[in-house]
Amino acid sequence: MLYLDHAASTPLRPEAWAAMEDFRENFGNPAGIHGVSRGAKNAMEEAREHAAHLIGASRSDEIVFTGGGSEADNLAIKGAWDAAGLRSGVVVSAVEHKAVLESAAYVERLGGKASVVGVSRVGVVDPAEVAAAVEANTAVVSVMLANNETGAIQSVTEIAERVKSVNPGSLVHTDAVQAFVSETLSVDELGVDMLSLTAHKFGGPKGVGLLYVRDGAHIEPVVHGGSQERGRRAGTHNTMGIVGLVAAMAAADSDRERFREMVAEARHRFEATLIEAIPGLRVNGPISNRLIQHSHVGFPGQNSETLLIRFDQAGLAAAAGSACQSGAVEVSHVLTAMGFTETEAAEAIRFSFGWTTGPGDAELAAKIVVDVVESLS
Amino acid sequence: MAMSGGVDSSVAAALLVEAGHDVIGVTLKQWEDEDGNLPTAGCCTVGDAEDARRVAAQLDIPYYVLDYVDEFRRAVVEPFGRLYLAGRTPNPCVECNRKVRFNALLERTTELGCEALATGHYARVGWHPSGYQLRRGVDHLKDQSYVLYMLTQDQLSRLRLPVGELTKPEVRAHAKRLGLRTANKPDSQEICFVGNGNYRDFLLQHFPETRSPGVVVDMEGNQLGTHEGTAGFTIGQRRGLGVAVQEKKYVVDIDSASGTVVIGDAADLLAEGCVVVDVTFVAGRAPLSPEIEVKVRYRAEPEPATLGQGPGGWEVRFSEPQAAIAPGQAAVFYQGEVVVGGGTIERPLSDG
Repeated sequence: MLYLDHAASTPLRPEAWAAMEDFRENFGNPAGIHGVSRGAKNAMEEAREHAAHLIGASRSDEIVFTGGGSEADNLAIKGAWDAAGLRSGVVVSAVEHKAVLESAAYVERLGGKASVVGVSRVGVVDPAEVAAAVEANTAVVSVMLANNETGAIQSVTEIAERVKSVNPGSLVHTDAVQAFVSETLSVDELGVDMLSLTAHKFGGPKGVGLLYVRDGAHIEPVVHGGSQERGRRAGTHNTMGIVGLVAAMAAADSDRERFREMVAEARHRFEATLIEAIPGLRVNGPISNRLIQHSHVGFPGQNSETLLIRFDQAGLAAAAGSACQSGAVEVSHVLTAMGFTETEAAEAIRFSFGWTTGPGDAELAAKIVVDVVESLS
Repeated sequence: MAMSGGVDSSVAAALLVEAGHDVIGVTLKQWEDEDGNLPTAGCCTVGDAEDARRVAAQLDIPYYVLDYVDEFRRAVVEPFGRLYLAGRTPNPCVECNRKVRFNALLERTTELGCEALATGHYARVGWHPSGYQLRRGVDHLKDQSYVLYMLTQDQLSRLRLPVGELTKPEVRAHAKRLGLRTANKPDSQEICFVGNGNYRDFLLQHFPETRSPGVVVDMEGNQLGTHEGTAGFTIGQRRGLGVAVQEKKYVVDIDSASGTVVIGDAADLLAEGCVVVDVTFVAGRAPLSPEIEVKVRYRAEPEPATLGQGPGGWEVRFSEPQAAIAPGQAAVFYQGEVVVGGGTIERPLSDG
């Protein structure tokens, strides 16, 4: 199977596996006082420091471990809104992950205000529009670092600056779930107060992630209970997952240069072959300001559902839209926000390259794609 | 292989795999709740899709859910409401087969790289020197050929119906032998998109204009009571008439324009024939002999009749008068085991 769906999930890196394997007997609950607990607690706090360092955070207590990216996004939006009072509001972009959009909708249902800022035809948010949506009682602004479908990179640094100049009290959050594997991040350079990551997008295990929360930024918990994570996230720590998360972060960080070279080359060859062989093919998203691992392509006159099944039969894994509960492909809210017609949206497929992508993969994948498309034309 | 998550299509898929075919399982997502997800109650639920997925995994075949929500709404659900509003009794399964399964999905099978489409219907595709034949399922209690009468030669040539040769107990025995998780799953009875609820509640929810009060009258036109909308009634219906009467009374006529429901005795329900429109013949032409058997409801035995052409369409004359001929339902023509064709009942004929 040729796997070009790394944006959905990418294979576990050996470094993450090794770290978790080494942790096998370190079973203690970090909340206890005895030696067994201390062993787990120490390992987790070391991981926390390392994680902070890898995203340029100055303090380890700015890291809140969560059960993945969606939980981190929920905590950022709902937690900041709750802390600012239920009459406050949130500002999000229209192409955010559902975890952000649905959290904003939740805020609205409970009487807060949710403002959604639109995007251009290539899926880019205008920082001025974001700033214009910020009000005196805006609790949090959330714009993702890069989009999970198109790979469009947003001007988060500029957005953060503009938001702060309108309302220094508004917190700025960014969902960096897709970006971390290929982009070097620094929370200070970005100027954000909160940032979400999830392990399985860069080679860690599933079900574990983190939310960076800048020192001084106040958020209320979403999961209530014990005082873990300084009262910001209750529940016994997923210690083995946390160790795997941070080992994968470190591995992705040191592998980033090789990753960028390999993937940039692969995507370039893949897209060049497709553009040459398939008349009318569209590459969606911004031309330059897009994650190097994403290739979001529109096949004129084709149905993405049919294409994906044919690709699967031919041994190529890719994705379209987002899968719903049943597994059917749904029209993507991201493409709708970009002004795509239903037909254009239904013709689009996302190919995403990853750390296991090999030198010959691009040609092989392009050949399968071209063969299938030609057989259907 | 169209897999609903029920025992019949599970066994059909398993038999094809056992016979050495390369099989792909698909479930059609036809209906969704307001949140865009599969319903959690009734048929076509998340649980059903999950059962289909698990069976496909057990059989080690690829499995996909295909989105047919828009087609289904357009071709099945909207006409369902429209026809009830017009005082008719629609048959959504027939429309689903005509427009969705054996049209949109069958066309799709070629695109998906498949040679044929298989379903878990109790009916058989046979070959005769004159062409493909659609035959009743071996198990007459489960026979589903009634909802397949619209199939054409081209469609039959690309259709496989593996359980049509089996009885339901045999299907369940196969499911047990193969250890399929759906072996003891109860049969679905309801209209899939209506789910466990009442179809009247469904109509009120999705077609609010069906709430349109009117009167219930007897054969002489005397008002006996009132009702909340003619869409709540079907020809031949006996329960829930909303009037207190001594003898058994049945709905014998529905006039949606004036909002009138007419009730009468069992004898008033009898018709000597019916006019059938939008008729199609499986062989592509009418049978040589006009002597047929006709089924006017899904759950009825074929009754002897003759088929002829009248001014308003094809006319069916029953050998014995038949009760509860409901306009909108399918009239399906048989000659023995063979489905000759069928169409939509336009109106009963009682003039002899």
